[in-house]
Amino acid sequence: MPVQDLSLKLAGEAGQGVESNGAGFARALTRAGLYVYTASDYMSRIRGGHNSYLIRASAEKVRVHRDHLHLLLAFNPQAVTTHLGELVPEGAIIYDEGMKVPEAQVAAAGVQLFPLPLRELAEKVGGSRIMVNTAALGAATAVMGLDLSHVESVILDNFGSKKGAAVAEANLKVARAAYETAGERYADRFPWKLPKVANAPRRYLLNGNQAIAMGALAGGCRFISAYPMTPASSIFEWLTAQGPKYGVVSKQMEDEIAAITMAIGASYVGARAMTATSGGGLSLMVEALGLAGMAEVPLVVVNAMRPGPSTGMPTRTDQGDLLFVTHLAHGEFPRLILAPGNVRQCFEAGYRAFNLADKYQTPVIILTDGFLASSLETVDLEDLPFDEVTIDRGELLDGAALDQLEERYARFRVTESGISPRALPGHPKAVYTTPSDEHTEYGAFESEDAANRLQQHPKRMRKLETARAEMQGPTLYGPADAEITLVGWGSTLGALFEAVEILNEERPGTANLLHFTDLWPFPPAAEEALARTRRLVVVEENYTGQFARLLASETGRKADHLITRFDGRAITPDYVLQNLKEAAVHAGSQAV
Amino acid sequence: MLDLKLYKSENRPTWCPGCGDFGILNAIKQALAQLEIWPHEVLFVSGIGCGSKLPDYINANGFTTLHGRALPIAQGAKLANPGLHVIAVTGDGDGYGIGGNHFLHAIRRNINITHIVENNMVYGLTKGQYSPTSAKGFISSTTPEGAIERAVNPLALALANGGTFVARGFSGDPKHLAEIIAQAIQHPGYALVDVLQPCVIYNRVNTYEFYEQRVYKLEETDHDPTNPEQAWERAHEWGERIPIGVIYRETGVPTYEEQVSVLQGGGPAQTPPRLLTEAEREALLAELA
Ligand SMILES: Cc1ncc(C[n+]2csc(CCOP(=O)(O)OP(=O)(O)O)c2C)c(N)n1
Ligand code: SF4
Repeated sequence: MPVQDLSLKLAGEAGQGVESNGAGFARALTRAGLYVYTASDYMSRIRGGHNSYLIRASAEKVRVHRDHLHLLLAFNPQAVTTHLGELVPEGAIIYDEGMKVPEAQVAAAGVQLFPLPLRELAEKVGGSRIMVNTAALGAATAVMGLDLSHVESVILDNFGSKKGAAVAEANLKVARAAYETAGERYADRFPWKLPKVANAPRRYLLNGNQAIAMGALAGGCRFISAYPMTPASSIFEWLTAQGPKYGVVSKQMEDEIAAITMAIGASYVGARAMTATSGGGLSLMVEALGLAGMAEVPLVVVNAMRPGPSTGMPTRTDQGDLLFVTHLAHGEFPRLILAPGNVRQCFEAGYRAFNLADKYQTPVIILTDGFLASSLETVDLEDLPFDEVTIDRGELLDGAALDQLEERYARFRVTESGISPRALPGHPKAVYTTPSDEHTEYGAFESEDAANRLQQHPKRMRKLETARAEMQGPTLYGPADAEITLVGWGSTLGALFEAVEILNEERPGTANLLHFTDLWPFPPAAEEALARTRRLVVVEENYTGQFARLLASETGRKADHLITRFDGRAITPDYVLQNLKEAAVHAGSQAV
Repeated sequence: MLDLKLYKSENRPTWCPGCGDFGILNAIKQALAQLEIWPHEVLFVSGIGCGSKLPDYINANGFTTLHGRALPIAQGAKLANPGLHVIAVTGDGDGYGIGGNHFLHAIRRNINITHIVENNMVYGLTKGQYSPTSAKGFISSTTPEGAIERAVNPLALALANGGTFVARGFSGDPKHLAEIIAQAIQHPGYALVDVLQPCVIYNRVNTYEFYEQRVYKLEETDHDPTNPEQAWERAHEWGERIPIGVIYRETGVPTYEEQVSVLQGGGPAQTPPRLLTEAEREALLAELA
């Protein structure tokens, strides 16, 4: 019986095309009507170093990758030794027959070897050794029981326009030859098959960064100034590539301070402007974030986390910036923080952030991470809800409103909500200054007066209370009542969702999940949601349990148990289950 | 010529009596009136320092930002709304020290902004420490044995980095300074006006008398501001004679924004943000299928 859920991995040296071929194959599988989720694992090098690319595919929605593999495409001997332990018994390794593999070790693991003349096919049929990747993908398609047509269509897309028809044709020939050879030799021996899906609707394959950038574009973002830093750069690059078509001004600056301050300048005069960075860059941006808070300039900043401190692990993932982001500043200013958990939530955060920034005239930080930034997820049309996108500029006075103005315009008028109607520079009736020093309602310097300070500082801070009412979540997944409640935020959504599914399949009512995307101001519904839980297990990717601490300080509720991961790898369902088992054993409490 | 009263702010300057910043403020108002730029058509972006308080003292749009960061903010404002005149006002510590990296890149980027530097060769607001433009040997609270580094030469830096308008004025001659500022505002591209500004409290070396004895006007000589070699020479002239006026002007160099395709129809702040059309959504989706 064909299984519906299969994981394969491409592995080899950096520069061997592991990532680009993996992404191409993921697209082919999506076109074949399957849902995929990918996890790439690469080093911060252009050549050399070991890279791998995992693709999980299923006829049903997949939200995360798993720790085990069914199929390994090994492009060098190191790939075999590194990943053998991940293969399930009867799993298989596709590799070039000229490559040496530790056969006894492989056999001991119960894993099958599928040697193929990949290099020979690439050279003889295609005319170039480079096509060995194409050969391996053709072979994989055959053993998994799929048609080659979707791989062919991706090859045509990738090479058709760029490198010319001849290269495309050569790759097609290589793929077909490998498909046939592998099909004849090994298809019967590989126990897992992916279903041929008929009439699947068109689906989309993208990563979290693309979704944030696309959401931002849909939400009217037309200005990005940034400084390259992994894993945030792809947001900047995506908006830059799309820029000319939609009128997005994109500017690489001399450093992150210049990047964020340029965005503040653009927003000050009325553009929807953003910047994107990672922790090191965000550290440099702190003073400017305070400026945006003090000057009440809307601003969207994406922070894509990687393990720190300092340069840390540039190509890995982490959730270690949470408390930095909730606190960053000297002094106090209102900021809003969104931590999307999947592609859909990234898209939503992309446009919502701009509406919130405009409405509260203050910085909004989107917190993502290396894993969410780079993992491709197959989504349905409804997960890219363009129809739900709105553009809400909040209390922005347009030209007509300003024409009517009778009294003198007070940019920083003290209001109950804390929000002061905003005019953009350029109207004769609204000529004003904005000092970064404490200022009066009219924007005059007033860095000394206590009475004025007692008006303006609480006015700004009140925006946080106003905003709190519209902070969403947490979202409950699984049964309303369960023995344990997993609590997570941001990119661990998929892993926790599936861990809960598995636990409840084993024993119904075991677990549910409370997942947070809106982190600051802390959503008001949190306390009630927590009140309905029994044993609380917070799961996050940092050493100190930052979210558990935030939860405790905001709701008074302490976690009963903390599962952390800080080795730079994403939390998977397997990791959660393993840790829960160990915790139960060590604590001597009830097994879960 | 507009009425100078238009630019009168209700806020009284807090500068020390006799501070060179008064002359700069007057010269700026004079230049705006002469060019008939209304208060709502211009945006002043300053950093932090004595001189950076200037936007508070003129009736016009103003944004006093962070120490050192006026330039990128000014450039962002200009790219987003090229319809505004954008004038960055910084001190020498602000513009050449903490903001030095932004200065280098603003020059070569050539976005159409004016940068007026109130160069008093000392840190005024923080009460008298030496600055990047303090002369070697300048004694201050943090250089009791005299400054050891050579002073930054902003004019030479601007020339070396491809500056298209490089000028120096003297706050003791606001009429002349106004002329230079007017030319700087009209110059298409990044225009630097370094202003010799006496700080009457913390700089006992570079005083009004010091400058009055030394400055001479380049227009009154045969200096050719379009000649790079002559400009380079004048930029290095400091001592007995100090040139003021336009040191260098290069015309015909396109501004940054003129070379950005999406800015040809105006900046993103000039049209309200809009939802994507059906066709645009489909184009985005098609790339992901
Ligand atoms: C990040 C930061 N560092 C230091 C300061 C303190 N500070 C304010 S103004 C200034 C220097 C002022 O000198 P300058 O820029 O030459 O302007 P002036 O006051 O002489 O006009 C300093 C160091 C600050 N405001 N922000
Ligand atoms: S300290 Fe110097 S620069 Fe500052 S206001 Fe007084 S005279 Fe002017």
